[in-house]
Amino acid sequence: MPTLKIDDITLTFGGLAALSEVSMDIEQGLITSIIGPNGAGKTSLLNCISGFYHPTSGEIHYKDNRLSKASPHQVSSLGIARAFQNLELFSGMTVLDNLMLARHQKLRYNILQAAFFSGKASREESKNRRYVEEIIDFMELEPYRKHTVGNLSYGIQKRVEVARALTLEPSLLLLDEPMAGMNIEEKEDMVRFIFDIQQEREATVVLVEHDLGVVMDISDHIYVLDFGELIGSGTPEEIVKIPKVIEAYIGED
Amino acid sequence: MKDKSQLLNFTIPQLLRWRVKETGAKVALREKDFGYWNNYTWNDFYDYVRKIALGLEKVGVKKGDKLALIGDNIPEMLFMAIGAQSIGAVSAGIYQTTLPDEIADLITYMDVTAVFCNDQEQVDKLVEIRDRIPQVRKVIYEDPRGMRDYRADDWYLFIEDLYEIGAVVHDEHPEKYEAMIEEGNPDDVCHFCLTSGTTGLPKASMMTHKNYINMGIQITKVDKLKNTDEYLSFLPFAWIGEQMNSFGVAMATGITINFPESVETSMEDLKEIGPHFMFGAPRIYETIRSQIWLKIDESYWLNRLLYNKFIKVGEKAARYRMSGEHMPASLRFTSWLGKVLVLDPLINQIGLRRLRRAYTGGAALGPELFTFYQAIGVNLKQIYGQTEIVGIAYMHRDGDVRSDTVGKPLPETECKISEQGEILSRSPSVCVGYYKLDEQTEELLEGGWLHSGDAGYIDEDGHLVVIDRLADVMHNSKGEMFSPMFLENKLKFSPYIKEAIIFGDKRDSVSCLINIDPIVVGKWAEDQGISFTTYMDLSGKSEVAELIKEAVIDINARAEKDYFKIKRFAILYKLLDMDDGELTKTGKLRRKFVMEKYKDLYDALYDESVRKKKVEAFFQYQDGQTTTVEAEMSFYTMEGVA
Repeated sequence: MPTLKIDDITLTFGGLAALSEVSMDIEQGLITSIIGPNGAGKTSLLNCISGFYHPTSGEIHYKDNRLSKASPHQVSSLGIARAFQNLELFSGMTVLDNLMLARHQKLRYNILQAAFFSGKASREESKNRRYVEEIIDFMELEPYRKHTVGNLSYGIQKRVEVARALTLEPSLLLLDEPMAGMNIEEKEDMVRFIFDIQQEREATVVLVEHDLGVVMDISDHIYVLDFGELIGSGTPEEIVKIPKVIEAYIGED
Repeated sequence: MKDKSQLLNFTIPQLLRWRVKETGAKVALREKDFGYWNNYTWNDFYDYVRKIALGLEKVGVKKGDKLALIGDNIPEMLFMAIGAQSIGAVSAGIYQTTLPDEIADLITYMDVTAVFCNDQEQVDKLVEIRDRIPQVRKVIYEDPRGMRDYRADDWYLFIEDLYEIGAVVHDEHPEKYEAMIEEGNPDDVCHFCLTSGTTGLPKASMMTHKNYINMGIQITKVDKLKNTDEYLSFLPFAWIGEQMNSFGVAMATGITINFPESVETSMEDLKEIGPHFMFGAPRIYETIRSQIWLKIDESYWLNRLLYNKFIKVGEKAARYRMSGEHMPASLRFTSWLGKVLVLDPLINQIGLRRLRRAYTGGAALGPELFTFYQAIGVNLKQIYGQTEIVGIAYMHRDGDVRSDTVGKPLPETECKISEQGEILSRSPSVCVGYYKLDEQTEELLEGGWLHSGDAGYIDEDGHLVVIDRLADVMHNSKGEMFSPMFLENKLKFSPYIKEAIIFGDKRDSVSCLINIDPIVVGKWAEDQGISFTTYMDLSGKSEVAELIKEAVIDINARAEKDYFKIKRFAILYKLLDMDDGELTKTGKLRRKFVMEKYKDLYDALYDESVRKKKVEAFFQYQDGQTTTVEAEMSFYTMEGVA
């Protein structure tokens, strides 16, 4: 049984169909990649899953919950977190503050307790700090803990972005081009992190990525989009044999 | 103060037991983990060591077995080492940057049967070479991350499981551990320390309990330590300097050892701990100075003005302090003012404020660096010694610090110079010899003296002056002797030069290849509005070459002898690196290797008609992928040098 079921969704903006009749089954505990040329609708699809857009028709279900009409905060409280392609971090704040802030959804104390930082508030904060520290350790961000995000290199900022998504304790993690603009070593580190997220944190990973080499190496399953349509799916070995996929990526010969 | 010489009758595990009786409830180790400093008291330390020892014995480690330790510094490294020593086994440190192939060679050479790794990165190296090391029965790891798939295989053992095995044995036989360590003898070999291996595969020098403990006692005779003092463990554990502290000094004095969160954060952690003494290779002190210069450079004008004023006062005052002479009252006042206004806050920023003494060893340090540190109020002193004598044979005394010498012998250490000019020493800290290398051992300990392989002399004040490695001293075509390392250190004093390689053996003149410092030169280029992309690009800029040329002119102008002057130089397109085999693990230059690798550049340096030369740079990434890049290197001839 798939954990995330996308059923025949279509998304139109006026007369333009960003997605048409796309169906996918994302299996629990696997790394599923969505690939496709620019403008294929990959990010639109992620936007539909995370509740930024609502599909014009069709249904999305996560476990037993219907996502097609859910708002972003409802989606995130179901344990779905997303790391954005264009970093969504507060560049003037430190790495630590960014991560602590990202966990505000998990905080359980009222404004009065917060104002006096009494009993529950301080206990909750230290519990959160502990969790954030575990993420810092996991993503190997210790050297940058107190650094302002805006001053960090792009590769590290990307790592912070993934860490921010992880602080929500996701069971499903959406990664939108986590490797864009990275050099080889940074990419290798990121691949290792994605594997560890899958295995150590037992999360299902949905990866949108342009680097085909990486996608072929780490995915359990791949979906290929082109002009809003699903043109192929399968394991990496199967994907490379589909003529339509070859055509979309390499062009006709 | 009690006489500590009774400690010489102990083995390291017995010393730990004695320390527990003295100050059991005091913090012995502190490790930063999840952003928080966690304490281990001496009692905890002892408990963990006992669990490890009993656990190791249960899984089949016997007296005389060898246990290799690979990884970053963590308290568990000490638990494992002393745990193994409790059984009578020998611990052996391997540098964490060692490549799998070399690890296989070392494990085979040292007959290692069990390995401790801190994380998956190190374990994976062993996975790669598993076929080549059939004698290894257990691989113990500390960090379970990424090790899930390994758990089914009983070749691997999680340290927590080992603790449990040990705890069970202790519950069944509570007397067993004490009885076990009673059997130890201070003259037993307890650890293999690898020599840095400027030539070929490292040699394992066999150290005894007494070697380390004696060193701990003798150093503290010269420089007293209180048991409330702090020490930051940031040197590789496989290096003798780190073992000297953890096995010898810490247990003899009861100081606290602090372990940084990770290698990358050690400079931050230094700031948080504010240690009272530290050891380091010159490279560390060079890095810290560059940081200070950069900080000052980025600071606002008033800070800069005050710094520039008071650093000069500090230098003047340092000269008095180093020689132990009496300072005139006016200088004493202004240097006090500078200390309060600028220098103390400055060194507090880096975590050196509480430092009573800093030691440098392993290689020579430029004299200017000494004055610099003494001027900012850090009591930097030179030590001299080899792995084979637990690191230290000579040391500066407070108030008798001279940048051109390495000080006087430690108590209980005898020293002399052989007829060939080689430095020889003798002390209870001299090792037994090299493992399985009888011939080399005989050479090393010929006539009962430790042969250092260094050329040097003792001056009229009893200070030792080290010239260079006996084998490294060069002679020009006229037969005049010079030390390449000495000239390289002078070049390296320029903030813009990170590394230099001097040539000139059997040649008419001296020439060199230079590595620019990417941070300092990068900042300089930014300020000048020079755009650049990579290190290779930056080092090829003609403006940078002009900058370096000025530095070389300056050094030539101050050369002691005419034949020390540098005739030609070129800026190398890449940083010398350990991974490429150009530097040793401790950051020393592998001269012969570098010379062969850059043979064509060497030839061009001695062919004055060559002004530019195309080179092919070959890069290897950490995962083994390679790329080749083409670049053009320029060669510069200095005017007025014969």
